[in-house]
Amino acid sequence: MTTNPWVWLAAILTLCIYTYLYKDNPFYKFAEHLFTGLAVGFTIALTWHNAVQPLIIQGIFRAHDWVLLVPLGLGLLFLARFVPKVGYLMLIPIAISLGASSGIGLPRSLEAHIVKQMQGTLLTPAMLQHPFDPYNGLVVGLLVLAGVVCTISYFFFSREHTGALRVSSRIGIWFVMIGFGASFGYTVMARLSLFISRMQFLMTDWIHIIK
Amino acid sequence: MTRATGPIALALLLALAGPLGAAPAPPGDARAYDTPDDQGGSITVEWRLSPDDAGTRLAGYEVHRAAGDTGRFQPVGQVPRGNTAYNDGEAADGIDYRYRVAAVDADGAASAPAEAGPARAREQWFKAGKANVLVATALFVAMVLVFLERARRGRLFIRRLAGLDAVEEAVGRATEMGRPILYCLGIGLLDYISTLAALNILGQVARKTAEYGTPLVVPTCEPIVHTVAREVVKESYAAKGRPDLFSDDMVYFVTSDQMGYAAALSGIMARERPATNLFMGYYAAEALVLAESGAATGAIQIAGTDQITQLPFFITACDFTLMGEELYAASAYLSQEPLLVGTIKAQDFGKVLIILLVAVGSLAALAFRSDVFSGWFGIK
Repeated sequence: MTTNPWVWLAAILTLCIYTYLYKDNPFYKFAEHLFTGLAVGFTIALTWHNAVQPLIIQGIFRAHDWVLLVPLGLGLLFLARFVPKVGYLMLIPIAISLGASSGIGLPRSLEAHIVKQMQGTLLTPAMLQHPFDPYNGLVVGLLVLAGVVCTISYFFFSREHTGALRVSSRIGIWFVMIGFGASFGYTVMARLSLFISRMQFLMTDWIHIIK
Repeated sequence: MTRATGPIALALLLALAGPLGAAPAPPGDARAYDTPDDQGGSITVEWRLSPDDAGTRLAGYEVHRAAGDTGRFQPVGQVPRGNTAYNDGEAADGIDYRYRVAAVDADGAASAPAEAGPARAREQWFKAGKANVLVATALFVAMVLVFLERARRGRLFIRRLAGLDAVEEAVGRATEMGRPILYCLGIGLLDYISTLAALNILGQVARKTAEYGTPLVVPTCEPIVHTVAREVVKESYAAKGRPDLFSDDMVYFVTSDQMGYAAALSGIMARERPATNLFMGYYAAEALVLAESGAATGAIQIAGTDQITQLPFFITACDFTLMGEELYAASAYLSQEPLLVGTIKAQDFGKVLIILLVAVGSLAALAFRSDVFSGWFGIK
């Protein structure tokens, strides 16, 4: 076994977290509170080093970059909620943040989620050359086209799912579920590798069973 | 070696060494122009491959640049053989530059240069290649405005989702059992659409808990979302005439660390044993931890997110799941706010348009063997 106290600490805390698999208990509670507290402390330290130190202390007070006063002022308005009379001022930075991010995000989102998806769905004359090509053939193209149309019809909210819409939405949900199944399997494999890595830490770094 | 073979061997050696030592053939048709669709500071230089490019002799192309008519040529960059363009990203805007491109072999011998320019870098205000995105954005905004106006005039139809009935049942169940409802807003920032939808749904759920006097617990992960969530719940309790039931402890900040939040919520679910867990908003790897911890306590669980990678976990571990746009539709349906309803209607219109465009574009592409449609969408 290792004599490194930090490895011991990490191993014991790992086991404390895993005890939750049995049921909630004081060991888990201790590790959970420690983790949460450390995470909050870490965030405060990170904010200090990434924002307060370089932007406020360095940027405003030393480099006199006065433009930084604008975001600082907006950020300070969040504290207005502690003064009921001027609490509404908190809405200003929220509105600016929402408006700016929506404005920037809308075209980006339209391009990534609509235009790019349409690019991938459209059939092209090149598909006719090798109809059975598994990557860019007409058959695969038609399957993708049918899948996209049916899936979109499932997410159509302006009509009840009756008649033809019912049929297409049913097919659409099958496409969705097949996609989710593949995604589920893929992610479970990724999670298993995380678990294996933790076990490796315990077996290798802590008790040295694996060398 | 005899006296006769000596000069012959030397001649042969010179004959062989001659072409190897000669400079490579130059590239052709060089041209320089301002890089399109950029923010300035860049000039693109293009040329035709040197005839020697086909073999293995050539190392690449060297690009030299001179400012103005009289400036001296300085090397600015090189590219390996096979390349026919170089992007000079260090050009100053508004200055005329001339370029020389020479083919260089492995020994460093350079060909006669091909000259290009003058060219001047400048920024463009409009990115021509994104015209399709501009049209789509303009169309979508126009549709939102049209449907917003219609929604203001009268109620527009949005079909009811199965998950929404479950929300009402879940509130009722928690009330009967006298146990709290846990509402988790995920780890998204305030500007995430899913977080906004989750806040809208929180407002409606809080109205119901205020009406029935059911305890509500909202642990948050993000400071700004926390501030807004508290206001939303407070307002809902006030709107239902029960401000006395609201307490600041209902909505509390846990940590902004993803897994710290997941660990804390797992503990909260195990200890407070809420009758109903609602997971709405943006989720990542913590989704399964939360949903599994909740399922172990026997609570009714309803989830809603637009994160495709996390939806399979919610579908597996929760009783009802609002998938992707269903989350937005749920928030519009519950609140009946004209802005939200109008947006959902505009999205539906957009979906019809997408289906039509894809279908007509595909048919036209196949029937006329034309790349016009696919070209417009940027397919090469």
